[in-house]
Amino acid sequence: MVSNNLFLEILLILIKIAVVLGIVLLHAAYTVYAERKIIGRMQARLGPTEVGPYGLLQPIADLLKLLTKEDIIPLEAERLIFLVAPLIVLTFAIVNLSVIPFHPSFIIADVNIGILLILAGASLAVYGIILGGWSSGSKYSLLGGLRSAAQVLSYEIPLGMSLAGVILAAESFKLSDIVNHQAQSFFGMNAIPQILGFIVFLICAFAETNRAPFDLPEAESELVAGYVTEYSGFRMGMFFLAEYISIYVMSLLIVHCYFGGWTLPGWLLTIFPPLKFVPAPLILLIKVYFFVFLFIWVRATYPRYRFDQLMSMCWKILIPVSLLNFLIVAFLKRGGF
Amino acid sequence: MLPFLITALIFLILGSVMLIANRVLAPRRPDPRKYIPYECGVDPSGPGWVPFHVRFYLIALIFLVFDVEVVFLYPWAVIFEELSWFGFVEVTIFVVMLLLAYVYAWSEGALQWE
Repeated sequence: MVSNNLFLEILLILIKIAVVLGIVLLHAAYTVYAERKIIGRMQARLGPTEVGPYGLLQPIADLLKLLTKEDIIPLEAERLIFLVAPLIVLTFAIVNLSVIPFHPSFIIADVNIGILLILAGASLAVYGIILGGWSSGSKYSLLGGLRSAAQVLSYEIPLGMSLAGVILAAESFKLSDIVNHQAQSFFGMNAIPQILGFIVFLICAFAETNRAPFDLPEAESELVAGYVTEYSGFRMGMFFLAEYISIYVMSLLIVHCYFGGWTLPGWLLTIFPPLKFVPAPLILLIKVYFFVFLFIWVRATYPRYRFDQLMSMCWKILIPVSLLNFLIVAFLKRGGF
Repeated sequence: MLPFLITALIFLILGSVMLIANRVLAPRRPDPRKYIPYECGVDPSGPGWVPFHVRFYLIALIFLVFDVEVVFLYPWAVIFEELSWFGFVEVTIFVVMLLLAYVYAWSEGALQWE
């Protein structure tokens, strides 16, 4: 009987993974399309229009193109590491999704150390970028990888510290606990009492996903394509897929940690009662879409930071601010909020 | 923990399958010029592994200290109510000590990138 239960359990997990995989890969593919369309419009262009109606089949065409392109491995490269690096990035980018709840009762792995696993997974994914850059045997790749390393060392502390405030408020590492705590709290969402922490986390999320204005590791105007310079075919595609998936991971994390996930704040429901009937997944989806749009919007708006500017901003501004946020949360909690 | 590991495994397999599909579908037309590192179309000058600044190591060292700080803050944050004022004062002392180290590192120019 025990083995039978285990089998059922694994089957259930596999089904959940398939659902999440389907949703997320579709979203990632169409975020590329949305990004090209939105940035196109923001720059007074049309964006993709050729493949299918309004260019809607563009992501599929891109995927097929990447799959049928020659996979070139440069002679100078450290072969094994070069081959494995994209797999590391993609796996650790996606695995984070397994501890994020999508609905009060839908989560792949309901562990009580969710946030710790996400932080660990996000840090390990960077290894893939550093190793991929280092192993390519090209100057641009090496510089891209090194920038990525220094970038991680700079943003990871404020990222962790701003999350410490969220963990302190809910006294739990579990994302569903954090969401429930916010729904019951006085302000209804962490973003109000922890506005400083939220801003720090948002900036770090941009650095974490290697998105503009912190896309230093691949800065195409300085480093050709940074750590992906020597990659081609689907290996290059995997780096990009990982980037778009991590946008979703970070957006989900922002929404869960600071904006109450699938819940709406109590005061909003009192002001406007009909909102009670909005289904939970829809609330989550709208919030997540907003932050994904923000990622794209910022890319179209802000110029790239210089490398030392990013480092000094992280070390000299974000760390003190996130520490201050942490102490504010501790005082508020002692005071009974 | 089991579902987490299964997810990791599934994605490793899936990634490998996509790479194999790439191998099968993609053409292979070897040419020695394809396999040299890209340097804007010119023959690469010198080795690809250029030396890098020692500052990277310094930043890594400071990072280690502060990362440990974050790691110590987490368990305290989880049992905040249980430890009450005693824990609060203790962590404040801990944070102030680290802030002193931070101010010292800053004044010594360790956070300066030239």
